[in-house]
Amino acid sequence: MVAHKQSLSSQIVIYGILIFLGLLWTIPTFGLLVTSFRIPDDTSSSGWWEVFTKGQFNFTLQNYTAVLSPGDGATSNTAATINLNQAIVNTVIMAVPSTVIPIFLAAIAAYAFAWMSFPGRKFLFMMLVALLVVPLQMSLIPILRDYRGLGLNGTFLGVWLANTGFGLPLATYLLYNYIVTLPKEVFESAVVDGASHPVIFSKLVVPLSMPAFASFAIFQFLWVWNGVLIPLIFLGNDPSRTVLPQRILDMIGTYATNWQLLTAGAFVSMFIPLVVFIGFQQYFVRGLLAGSVKG
Amino acid sequence: MTSARPQPANNTPKLLGLSAVLAVTLVIYYYVFLFLREGTANAWIIFAVSLLWGIGGVWLLFVLTSSIVDLLNEKWRQKIMPWVFALPALAMVFYYLLLPTIRTIYLSLFNDDSTKFVGIDNYIYAFTSPNMLESFKNNLVWIIVGGGLSVVLGLLIAALADRTHPKFEVLMKASVFLPMAISMIGAAVIWRLVYAFAPGTEQVGLLNAVNVTLGGSPIPWLNQRPLNTYLLIVILIWMQTGFALVVFSAAIKGIPSELLEAARIDGASELQSFFKITLPYIQITVISVSTTIVIFTLKVFDIVFGMTGGNFGTQVIANEQYVQMFRNSDYGRGSAIAVVLLITVLPVVYYNIRDFGQNAKGF
Repeated sequence: MVAHKQSLSSQIVIYGILIFLGLLWTIPTFGLLVTSFRIPDDTSSSGWWEVFTKGQFNFTLQNYTAVLSPGDGATSNTAATINLNQAIVNTVIMAVPSTVIPIFLAAIAAYAFAWMSFPGRKFLFMMLVALLVVPLQMSLIPILRDYRGLGLNGTFLGVWLANTGFGLPLATYLLYNYIVTLPKEVFESAVVDGASHPVIFSKLVVPLSMPAFASFAIFQFLWVWNGVLIPLIFLGNDPSRTVLPQRILDMIGTYATNWQLLTAGAFVSMFIPLVVFIGFQQYFVRGLLAGSVKG
Repeated sequence: MTSARPQPANNTPKLLGLSAVLAVTLVIYYYVFLFLREGTANAWIIFAVSLLWGIGGVWLLFVLTSSIVDLLNEKWRQKIMPWVFALPALAMVFYYLLLPTIRTIYLSLFNDDSTKFVGIDNYIYAFTSPNMLESFKNNLVWIIVGGGLSVVLGLLIAALADRTHPKFEVLMKASVFLPMAISMIGAAVIWRLVYAFAPGTEQVGLLNAVNVTLGGSPIPWLNQRPLNTYLLIVILIWMQTGFALVVFSAAIKGIPSELLEAARIDGASELQSFFKITLPYIQITVISVSTTIVIFTLKVFDIVFGMTGGNFGTQVIANEQYVQMFRNSDYGRGSAIAVVLLITVLPVVYYNIRDFGQNAKGF
């Protein structure tokens, strides 16, 4: 934008409002982070800001070792049984296939919708668009019943497939919007050269669509990693399979006032999504913008 | 598309060979499915197998099927090939979303274990029970206050930050945007700490500390109705505004600078040019962001679940659905409440389809 010649006073007001809002937005997370490094005596008796106002620099890493130590049951210390290690492993196991499988299925479907003709093409795509906003709650009971019958309840396989099914409308929609804008000439010359659809797809479309794949991957990964409803229902509460959000939820119940443990646990659960988010922010933003150009 | 490829003289041996490979692959695929379903092996082995099966396996199936179809004569190839591409995703969506929608509507007409037809009893419950009435009222507050403030704050910050130094703008947007990466359960911990309560003068929670400093006595915020619902809504606003901000910011940057320049020369004030130029220009974006936020807010579950569990007058529809479905194992009521959620988004479904019919690219 063209630089405005704004009066100094209006500049001060604008910066003032924004700095105030920025602090409002960051202080809660900052408080969590500071609390997670404080010793138990401090967290139970004083607010985290006293680190700065009263110079209580009693920082420690013991909260993190406490929530991450494997539960050997040898100590009577309750913290030794938190063992978020297992939950981190479980969350990775749940999230990665749940992110990768839908991308492939959505990519081939998006290609078909964009560059092939078949009866019902428009109707079927409209159905996908309609399903974009259908609440997940509509699916839970029937799928849960089927899973109980099929023996898929409480398995990672069941959760991967469910996350794939639930993520596919958005995945197909986003990838379609991208693939349809690829230049037509590329396809036409490939066809003239005698390339078949599978070859065009794997040799031309996949390499060109990497940015769109990345956009959707971030979405789906954050959604799967952070969601608690689907694991609660399909994964159950067997400790060998529970994922981070479930464990943090348990900790809210069990360690409600052990702020140093609760905050350390919460930060452990946020670490990977934050790294992914910060690292791939541009793809995430691109996906957001592509998805909200329309409904 | 038409293909000018020459047909090989005789495809039959190749076709049979590939079909045999496909058959073997399908059998292996089935056994891997059983192995994964069993789930008793070491977690990392399951993880590795799943990636191989889910990605390599699906890829292999796709390559084999498409190669077989590719060997058919032109007419059949053109008929079948699109389905090799589109059918896997369509089948998944059909089984996981479309079919369950019909099944849930059907189940909502039956009792708790789906053995007895009860007509509209579950809907009478969904529209008259105290829990649901409380949920409707709360969801309305969530949408109006939570959705409304997310959009307004997103717009305000986007418009103001556009006038600041680019580096400051990036920092500002990042700090508001960051909560989008955090799970709502993580956010629940962050805000539980803000709202923490202890009797006496030493407060651990920031809100009570401010309150005590100002001369008040500490308050257990989360069971103060109706204030507690608003305190939970603050969390939603904290998480959602970043989404609105980023989209609005991109839209505002797309406004031609000549337009704003012309307005300034004509003597329009900053506020006038915001309401007369900026806002109308990004109107469609505002509507689509608002719709997305409303739908998201309607289904809010994790925040309430992690903060109050729906107690103290904070119940919402999605949490009540969870309670009926999972805790009470009442599939009839759980289904009816899910249908209520569906009905509330139907206008958006209609709008999306109509919009798609008018503006679709490539159809």
